[in-house]
Amino acid sequence: MSTLQAPEPSIETRKAAAISAVDVRKSFDDNVVLDGVSLTVEEGTVFALLGPNGAGKTTMVRILATLLEPDHGEIRVAGHDVAREADDVRDVIGVTGQFAAVDELLTGRENLGLMADLHHLTRPQAGQRIDELLERFELVDAKDRTAMTYSGGMRRRLDLAMTLIGAPQIIFLDEPTTGLDPRSRRTMWDIVRSLAGDGTTVFLTTQYLDEADRLADRVAILDQGRLIAQGTTQELKRQVPGGRIDLTFADAASQLAGAGALDVPVRDGDALTLQVSTDGNVATLRRVLRELDESAVDVAELALHTPDLDDVFLALTGRHDGSHQPGDDQEPHS
Amino acid sequence: MSAYALHDSSTMLRRNLRHLQRYPGLSLFPILGPVVFLLLFVYVFGGTLGNGITPGGGRGAYVNFLTPGILLLAVVGAANTTAISVAKDMTEGIIARFKTMRIWRPAVLAGHVVGGLILAVISVAVTIGVALLIGYDPAASLLQWLGALGLLVLLAIALIWLTVALGLKAKSVETASNLPMFLMILPFLGSGFVPTESMPGWLQWFAEHQPFTPFIETLRALLFDTDLGGEDLRLGRGGHTPLFYSKARRQFDPFLQAGGGLPYNLRLPVFQRSAEPQLGTTP
Repeated sequence: MSTLQAPEPSIETRKAAAISAVDVRKSFDDNVVLDGVSLTVEEGTVFALLGPNGAGKTTMVRILATLLEPDHGEIRVAGHDVAREADDVRDVIGVTGQFAAVDELLTGRENLGLMADLHHLTRPQAGQRIDELLERFELVDAKDRTAMTYSGGMRRRLDLAMTLIGAPQIIFLDEPTTGLDPRSRRTMWDIVRSLAGDGTTVFLTTQYLDEADRLADRVAILDQGRLIAQGTTQELKRQVPGGRIDLTFADAASQLAGAGALDVPVRDGDALTLQVSTDGNVATLRRVLRELDESAVDVAELALHTPDLDDVFLALTGRHDGSHQPGDDQEPHS
Repeated sequence: MSAYALHDSSTMLRRNLRHLQRYPGLSLFPILGPVVFLLLFVYVFGGTLGNGITPGGGRGAYVNFLTPGILLLAVVGAANTTAISVAKDMTEGIIARFKTMRIWRPAVLAGHVVGGLILAVISVAVTIGVALLIGYDPAASLLQWLGALGLLVLLAIALIWLTVALGLKAKSVETASNLPMFLMILPFLGSGFVPTESMPGWLQWFAEHQPFTPFIETLRALLFDTDLGGEDLRLGRGGHTPLFYSKARRQFDPFLQAGGGLPYNLRLPVFQRSAEPQLGTTP
């Protein structure tokens, strides 16, 4: 099967690259964590590095954020070489890690004040910026409580607010929503979108396929230290053989009648269901419903399944999100 | 050295002082611990021990004998706290955040060292205050007082660098709080609490040659205006600070690589006795 491996499409290289990494390798002892990763992130876009636990996502972020030296590779962030001009890189980046990096013994406001001091902002500048961020991240009521008393979602918001004090051009978010409840997750997504709206380049890692799908302009899929695909979510979805309509019937007789009307096979193991492949357009759906109507077949349930990144992962690796064994893969429906 | 070395260090110092204020468990122990030891030893054991040191001297003689040893404990307590706060920092994500920022990198450690030093000074001041209240009666001139305090400050700097290294090396906060424990024991196994002559031979040898004893004896000599029994004082082999500083630096090296180091000239003269001490009790 084909994969969308780098090189990048030439039309898009005209935009300036916020991040470019070529052939990045990193091992810990004998354990190869990154095995020749190359990627480019354009200015002002959201880039998602997607992969299961242990794929090497965090290691990649740590290398790009000057926390870790790669064994091999050419890396430029905002045009600066991460090895030789680390301080210039640090000037323009902001990093929010997997575990909230806040000072537990300081209040929300003091945490932001600490960051403002370290960014060498003047008092009035700092005060204004802090108030703005407390407002924006809904932390005004909690600003004078120590971070120790914050909930997971509040900590994550404070963490991100601290990252934004210095108005970074490029933000690294390492699994920004891992461990958050659905509401906090949504808040985080809104924040990421608004950052992108302001023209900030966002590099995020996630193990959630839908998260990358919702937020990212471009996605790269990392599996066992290698990029197995990169492209826009649309490009990636084109890699998988279409979507499908799942029909569920009340009994075996209707299932059989439906199979006859639609001319699709009844497959063993598909308990009272039929699958019709579709490219997702309305005409196909209308045709299926009309044919079922004409044959007077009752359908108990209908579900439209559009390909998501899980399907992409399955198609590229023969595995679901990477946490399953290759044995349990199923044949792509066509 | 970056232009912001001082600025960033004072930012980090403010952070550490706030920690001490918010987390009294960390700051009260090194301040109150020595006072508790002082009161315990003077009032529970002091009557008997004092008579052993100066016949008929009782509690009054013992408080005079004991105080320098307790002052060392005060310094050790502050250093111990530094090990814990450094280890606590290293286990938390905020250090990774600092490393992704353009700051003067040694500022993090400088904040800990100066914070620990301030704690040590407070602890020493409180101990001296309480000792004076319960009858400590030194015979030192202003200059000798300054000398004694200066020696304690230099010792504090050396020990704090050592505990910074231990805190960096510790894998957990619990380990970090246990590692400097030997520093707590050392004053007991020296001339801090009883004269070394009263110990069995093998222990006496250790007590007289372990590193804290010369400090205790020097403090006694300064505070009681004695001349260490007429023996010559000579500078020790360079002192401990550069050793401990470079140890801490090695532990922290990846962090320091880009930022450059601290000046290396924190050399600490250590007075070493070349002969038996004379007990620092006033006539």
